Amino acid sequence: MLRKYGIVLALLTLAAYELVVIVAAFLTVMATFGLGMVFLFPPAVRMIRGVTGLTRKLVRTSSGIEIEAPYLPPPPPPQPQSDGMYRHGRTLYKSPRVPAWNDRWKWMLTDRATFRDALWLLLDPLVKVALVPLLLLMPERGLRLYGLWCELLLGPTAASRLASQVSHLSRVRNLAVDTQAAEMRRIERDLHDGTQARLVAIGMTLGAVENLVDTDPAAAKALLAKARDASAETLTELRRVIRGIHPPVLAERGLGDAVRALAMDSALKVTVEVDLPHRPEAPVEAAAYFAVSELLSNAARHGGATRATVDISTNGPSLRITVSDDGWGGADPAKGSGLTGIERRLAAFDGVMALHSPPGGPTTVTMELPRVLPEYWAGDLPKLPRWKMITVVTLWATAWCPLFPQGIVTAIFKIFGVEEKTWFLALHLPEPYQWPVIAFMVVLGTMMYVAAVAIPANHNRDLWMCNATPTNLWF
Amino acid sequence: MNRVLVAEDLYLLRDGLVHLLQAHGFEVVAAVETGPELLRGLLELRPDVSIVDVRLPPTNTDEGLQAALAARKQVPGLPILVLSQHVEQLYARELLADGSGAIGYLLKDRVFNAEQFVDAVRRVAGGGTAMDPEVIAKLLASNATHEPLATLTPRERDVLEAMAEGRSNAAISQRLFLSESAVAKHTAGIFAKLGLAPSDDDNRRVLAVLAYLNSR
Repeated sequence: MLRKYGIVLALLTLAAYELVVIVAAFLTVMATFGLGMVFLFPPAVRMIRGVTGLTRKLVRTSSGIEIEAPYLPPPPPPQPQSDGMYRHGRTLYKSPRVPAWNDRWKWMLTDRATFRDALWLLLDPLVKVALVPLLLLMPERGLRLYGLWCELLLGPTAASRLASQVSHLSRVRNLAVDTQAAEMRRIERDLHDGTQARLVAIGMTLGAVENLVDTDPAAAKALLAKARDASAETLTELRRVIRGIHPPVLAERGLGDAVRALAMDSALKVTVEVDLPHRPEAPVEAAAYFAVSELLSNAARHGGATRATVDISTNGPSLRITVSDDGWGGADPAKGSGLTGIERRLAAFDGVMALHSPPGGPTTVTMELPRVLPEYWAGDLPKLPRWKMITVVTLWATAWCPLFPQGIVTAIFKIFGVEEKTWFLALHLPEPYQWPVIAFMVVLGTMMYVAAVAIPANHNRDLWMCNATPTNLWF
Repeated sequence: MNRVLVAEDLYLLRDGLVHLLQAHGFEVVAAVETGPELLRGLLELRPDVSIVDVRLPPTNTDEGLQAALAARKQVPGLPILVLSQHVEQLYARELLADGSGAIGYLLKDRVFNAEQFVDAVRRVAGGGTAMDPEVIAKLLASNATHEPLATLTPRERDVLEAMAEGRSNAAISQRLFLSESAVAKHTAGIFAKLGLAPSDDDNRRVLAVLAYLNSR
């Protein structure tokens, strides 16, 4: 309780600061757009974002309402051209400072969240004042209401979520394409420098054999033996290249056995636990395999480990891989390129990697590839809630009644003028109502069948839409 | 002792193998190209030795290996020589797991040297083993730091390698330029260091060594 009042006090204090910020922001906006002092704009925006960031944190701790930051991702630092200059529009700059500033200015000015923040800032002191009685009498309710108000303006909108998702996806796509291109170049280099050169050498040796075979058969025979050895070496080399592209065991046996084979070839004593009911898609398998391979060789080469464990399991539709070793730890993605390489590979599948490597060890790396496995692996298909289940069963159980006896059969009785009325409702009514009631019964029965089929079919789609669409479709 | 079955999906290689074997006095009773055909052939024809590619249609995964393992489960000790573009400890261990011998696992490159290849085929047909030097190297490498193996002298390691490939004392002495009695002395030393029961029978000796390496 005391804590709640503490938070209320903090919020009210923040309101006083907000007033200062409002005045400062008003002055900077005036200076920016009235006097052209544009350099004041970014600091003002940053100041406002500081206040909103603090508010989001306070709301989360006080009422548990999680408000994500709605801002578009910041622009990447400008990249120099080949001549070392930085281009912005049609202008070239010597230093990256001006283009970076321009990018930032554009980023802040075009982000709608900036203006929603400003609107929130203007209204927030008023809202707080209005809420003071409630906050003091019922802090629980008051804080929750305040949280909802903040969520309205400070939370992400569908548009901002989509925008950040699009920018995330395009970044990931670029990464994936880059990685792929680098792989291709590496393979091309391997084939060019290794295999191709060896084949040329074999061809030349065979040419020499052709010249020598009549004059000096003994020398020709020696050369032939050499050519045979060279072809064996070429094959060994090719095998190495193929292993780097897609290991044969992975293609033949799948992830589990490929990792087991990897464990056997490793210098470490590796225990492998695999719990996968089916094979994931080939690209997922390859990404997981190369990640494990890289981690094991890191553990042996840099970590000084003697033992390692690899655990591959499913977590619903996600693939989870844990690799731990007993080395001396201290692994840092910033230092080596191996770990960043893994992160890049996983990023293509929205995968994440958590590294726990205190100095002195042991090192544990957990990787999770979300939603890469088919849904049905998870075991529990999206279940219908009870009320929907009951509705569907009732519909199936009763729909026949209006459609067949009360609808179609009654119509047939009426057409052929059968005297019998039995329990057919329409025939007991006065003449002018009979046909409309029959038609109504047929339509009702058909609708009930359609509903019985459509409810479960829509349920899966609804569930999917719920997961895929952002909530809070405000402006 | 010379009825052979060949299972290989690439026409050129299959044809080459058939010619090579016929030239060395084998009778090729069947040359098949898919996994199901291979399994049927192995079980119905019971060839004296079969040469099987790991990767076969229809799935182009490890059909050949699976067929070989399935056939040997029904007919223990059916002699099979498995060929592959790449060698894996995993597959070698699976092939050796039943401990009944008459098994080979070689890289396809070994076909280049016809004499040695035919020698390996004969060895497998006679109930022996023929393991690719690369498999043995990998097996030894992953056991390198273990206590008894680390105490072997370099010469003894050479002998162990050759022995694990499935060679007889005579063949080892030829390859390492040693007298047969010296080889016998080395093998006795190895067996003593590894704590294995000595045996005069070449095949059983090889299997003991491979089982030892496999168990680690």
